[in-house]
Amino acid sequence: MLARVDFALALIITSTATGNTRYLEASVGRTLAEKVWSDHIVRSAEGEPDLLYIDLHLVHEVTSPQAFDGLRNAGRPVRRPDLTLATEDHNIPTIDVDKPIADPVSRAQVEALRKNCADFGVPLYSLGNIEQGIVHVVGPQLGLTQPGMTIVCGDSHTSTHGAFGALAFGIGTSEVEHVLATQTLPLKPFKTMAINVEGELPEGVSAKDIILAVIAKIGTGGGQGYVLEYRGSAIRSLSMEGRMTICNMSIEAGARAGMVAPDETTFDYVQGREHAPSGDEWDAAVAYWRTLFTDDDAVFDAEVTIDASTLSPFVTWGTNPGQGLPLSASVPSPDDAKDEVDKVAIERALEYMDLTPGTPLRDIPIDTVFIGSCTNGRIEDLRVAADILQGQQIAEGMRLMVVPGSARVRLHAEAEGLDQIFINAGAEWRGAGCSMCLGMNPDKLTPGERSASTSNRNFEGRQGPGGRTHLVSPAVAAATAITGHLASPADLA
Amino acid sequence: MEPFVRHTGTAAPLRRSNVDTDQIIPAEYLKRITRDGFEDGLFSAWRKDPEFVLNKPEYEGVSILVAGPDFGTGSSREHAVWALQNYGFAVVLSSRFADIFRGNSGKGGLLTAQVDQEVIERLWDMIEADPTTEVTVDLDARTVTAQDLQADFDVDDYVRWRLMEGLDDIGITLQYADEISEFESARPAFKPVTQ
Repeated sequence: MLARVDFALALIITSTATGNTRYLEASVGRTLAEKVWSDHIVRSAEGEPDLLYIDLHLVHEVTSPQAFDGLRNAGRPVRRPDLTLATEDHNIPTIDVDKPIADPVSRAQVEALRKNCADFGVPLYSLGNIEQGIVHVVGPQLGLTQPGMTIVCGDSHTSTHGAFGALAFGIGTSEVEHVLATQTLPLKPFKTMAINVEGELPEGVSAKDIILAVIAKIGTGGGQGYVLEYRGSAIRSLSMEGRMTICNMSIEAGARAGMVAPDETTFDYVQGREHAPSGDEWDAAVAYWRTLFTDDDAVFDAEVTIDASTLSPFVTWGTNPGQGLPLSASVPSPDDAKDEVDKVAIERALEYMDLTPGTPLRDIPIDTVFIGSCTNGRIEDLRVAADILQGQQIAEGMRLMVVPGSARVRLHAEAEGLDQIFINAGAEWRGAGCSMCLGMNPDKLTPGERSASTSNRNFEGRQGPGGRTHLVSPAVAAATAITGHLASPADLA
Repeated sequence: MEPFVRHTGTAAPLRRSNVDTDQIIPAEYLKRITRDGFEDGLFSAWRKDPEFVLNKPEYEGVSILVAGPDFGTGSSREHAVWALQNYGFAVVLSSRFADIFRGNSGKGGLLTAQVDQEVIERLWDMIEADPTTEVTVDLDARTVTAQDLQADFDVDDYVRWRLMEGLDDIGITLQYADEISEFESARPAFKPVTQ
């Protein structure tokens, strides 16, 4: 009841302020997110969430066992196993992948996924299969991720797939069960926020630096309730992999999803992949995909603008992804806090990270460099790192782990000789999986160990209990591995 | 799911912002395939500190958590909701919740009541001064009351209705199986299938 009053009030205020209502305008111009949303409404009723159809449901071992049990207990089948795909990624080892999983609890969870997929007819790419890998690397690689789709997975980084102009978001296990049973989800519409990144990126600045700068600007709660649409010339000039890196970390800004309108770059990436449409269906698909953009007269609920030409390599110093700064900056002081809550957060982060205010970020020594994850575990990321590591040696005492995002990425890298560059530099070249991004398998930091990681979360203990994480781009990761402290490739010259 | 109308209990102050789901339950505990028994993993890193609020005897038996802003950020793991519930929490109060965590809570019957940060601060002071303070969270009236404090809280209308009725989402949706089939039959042929 209250919500309706608020809405009516907002309408009046907006009408008075502008002499026109944005609600009227909105009925003409729509954002990309609104177009994809409305094309998936199964049922809409006053005072209830919309029931949205889900085009693709990705599944992995960690967030699905309780959902399958729920189906079993209720005697329900999976409605559309042909719109569902499972892979093993979070909890699997990245060495000795041809042997049984050593940890019995991990093994039981992976075996539960295999049994569940067999019982319910869901296709599964198991460890050892050429299509196995991190779920958000596998979907796009197979051509299953396409513009205009709704895509969900029991994993918050499902936002990755928004790079194709899909509406893609993470869900919890109850929702996983709901999608398995009904192929739909009841959802309240998200608000929309434009993130305009205009201008040319300076040399050595990547998609990862853009998204870390966005999160530092709007904060870890800034995107709460929103779908972010990344726009502007700097976004348009990115490859699909760069766009995936950006959309991937939308969740770190608190947003449910991130999107980029599809364009020729998108179509070129999708075309010819195993599950991409072909022939007349390709033409029909592209004709539809070309309608997926935000109309000129559409109105976003919020807008943020960033000048790409002012960006530089970005790193995090604290324990949430919003606590980031340019690499050229120094560790901040609690005195820099904007309010009391922020001050306490900075103090706590400095204590956990064992950092002193005023220390140049470049002076922070690093023990382990991790290159991988659904954020930066794709072939272009590995190429960037290999280019910097070519003919170099990692610093003494440094551990460098390179973990491809999928078995295909691993093979691709090996075909290009990248594995040899990594190995010759002193790196560990591993099998595909989530690995040290979340430290669920044996790939962990030890207490007090400090990493520079191309992953997405620097939370306390994220990469292992007591471990300290600095989030970086693949280029910064590679340069850091060589110097032993946070560094950019420019520092190597 | 048990209907939730109102709840009265003692409360613990968690004076931290950005409590991510990795803190609520670390990945190590996510290997289990059950829905219960996660209470040992709740805030497990912080609970190693004897001074952590939940280790203090005066906060034994609490069922309401009063937390700083941006509670539940990060991973979509619903285990975070289960861990809080398995430990005995029925309600979390914060000035801002992460979307996925809040959605998961609504599904599992954990009430996430959003109040202004000033209300959080007053509750913190109150339950620190007197940990036996009873806090009542009334979902029907959308109010939180403790001592002389009474404040409205924000909760989604639909989630409130479902919680108060104790309804299962899947059961509700399956009433619309015909509409789902109708939508399905009109999907474009170019949409991909996985097998």
